[in-house]
Amino acid sequence: MLLGSELTWTLAFVVPYVVVFIAFVVYPVARGLWMARDPSLYRALLADPLYARTVVNTALYVGLGVNVKMFLALLLSGFFMRRRWWIRALLPVFMLPWALPSIPAFVSFHWMLIGEEGLVDRLLWVLFALPGPLWFNNRWLALAWNVVAAVWKWLPFWTLTFLAGRMAIPRDVYEAADVDGAGGARRFVHIVVPLLANLYLVCTLLDTLWTVGDFTTVSLVSEGAPAYSTNVLATLGFQYAFDAAQPALGVAAVMTALPVLVPVTVLLMRALHLRQVQL
Amino acid sequence: MTRPRPAGGKRWLRRLFLESASAALALALLVWSLTPVYNMLLIALDRDEGDIEFAGILWPPEPSLHSFHAVVTQSYWLVEDFWHQLGNSFFIALMTMGLTVSIGSLAAFAIGRMRFGRGWLLVNAPLLTYAVPASFLVIPFTRLMASYGLSNSLWAIVAANVTFATPYAILILRQYARLIPLELDEAARVDGASPVRVYRLIYLPLMAPALAAVGTFALLLAWNEYLYQYVLLSSTRNMTVAVAIAQFFNSDEAPWNYMMATALLYSLPPIAIFYALRRYMAAGLTRGALKS
Repeated sequence: MLLGSELTWTLAFVVPYVVVFIAFVVYPVARGLWMARDPSLYRALLADPLYARTVVNTALYVGLGVNVKMFLALLLSGFFMRRRWWIRALLPVFMLPWALPSIPAFVSFHWMLIGEEGLVDRLLWVLFALPGPLWFNNRWLALAWNVVAAVWKWLPFWTLTFLAGRMAIPRDVYEAADVDGAGGARRFVHIVVPLLANLYLVCTLLDTLWTVGDFTTVSLVSEGAPAYSTNVLATLGFQYAFDAAQPALGVAAVMTALPVLVPVTVLLMRALHLRQVQL
Repeated sequence: MTRPRPAGGKRWLRRLFLESASAALALALLVWSLTPVYNMLLIALDRDEGDIEFAGILWPPEPSLHSFHAVVTQSYWLVEDFWHQLGNSFFIALMTMGLTVSIGSLAAFAIGRMRFGRGWLLVNAPLLTYAVPASFLVIPFTRLMASYGLSNSLWAIVAANVTFATPYAILILRQYARLIPLELDEAARVDGASPVRVYRLIYLPLMAPALAAVGTFALLLAWNEYLYQYVLLSSTRNMTVAVAIAQFFNSDEAPWNYMMATALLYSLPPIAIFYALRRYMAAGLTRGALKS
């Protein structure tokens, strides 16, 4: 039951966010949908081989990127739980990719891979006397490096999230398992997995939404090369809008991801609504 | 009676294996995390402007701080506004951080603590923001900013950043607030404290770790953001360092060592702030996630 004055207070507290939401979410989305309302835009997209290719790239980039990131983050969070001084000392260094801004990081990735002058090929030559390939001349290699760069940048963030999740598991649960003689693997399967399952799901869904919208990685690491074949929807929309001066087509291209994004968002809301884990 | 020896020996072997595997993993993570940063340093320390020649070496023959000097003294046309642009980046980042923390904490307080947030829409509306990613909205957003009179304005970037940082902030703050017993609020209310006093004197101080985590998240988001800055900020004076770095790619004879030096200098502030607030991060991020 809300008293009159309490209602006023509550409204006062949410007003700033409601204003932001309406002015910068509802209105731009409505405007975007309005710009992309013409069905002929979608016929143009389907007729463009670049678009079909981009959809495949986006699915691979998101599917591989998110799952590799989450799985490694879950395992590494266990590694960082170990009580060794040198593992503790490593954690801040491991966090560096997250603290490093995207632009410098991805520009550096691009320069590491620009052929024989790049650090990766130089290392291959010095260490193994192997001539490295021209990474950005091959669609699959370039796509793979986009995924690697995204994993590099965001792995620390998710590792830290899972690490915090593991630290929230009370010590006595582990101790009880120790008394029962459960080793590392069984402890992982019977304690960590069930207790972190919902957190893992929430993080996977959230990162899926963020990765679908990722523009910076692809636009700086592979730059879409070779010949626009590694574009994802975010960069393709940008190219349609700004390089080809067809803003409506650009908006239509990205809006075709909505049939995937909306269900993922609904799943995320439901996962957050589950009472999380009863101990 | 003594334990049979093979078991003891096995245990010792297992320990040895575990420790050496950990050490190998630690070394691999060290190389993985530092290589791209090392690469930046390598190019920035090269004296020659432009081409890095392949010589099979992993360290510049004559490392020099010349490029850093050029950037700091703004003595090349592509970096001639470096300090001003760094100021712009700071303005955007700090405004994003401040507004995200205040708007996010007010909304999270109202939704989570004021017996108001039972409405499905109000609880979930923030997350709806992520159904349409920021990069997908850049075109309508640009037009919108023109009609709000905010084209080429730093405030347009702040608005975009706050819009996309706040939903996550509300999510984290609500999770963390579960650790603070509601009885505390109620006791204060019975004593006649207004919601503003409860918010200021109970909620904010107890939420400090989560606020630091959310603030750092917003700051890093702003410092990472590039697309909106690139599209919306057109004049050199209003550019940020992120856009200035991208400008090197549009120039024909760009000195890459200057670009990397700029990029390294641009990386220092968020790294410093991140490590200063790091203590709070782990505590704030998911401490409440397992409680229900």
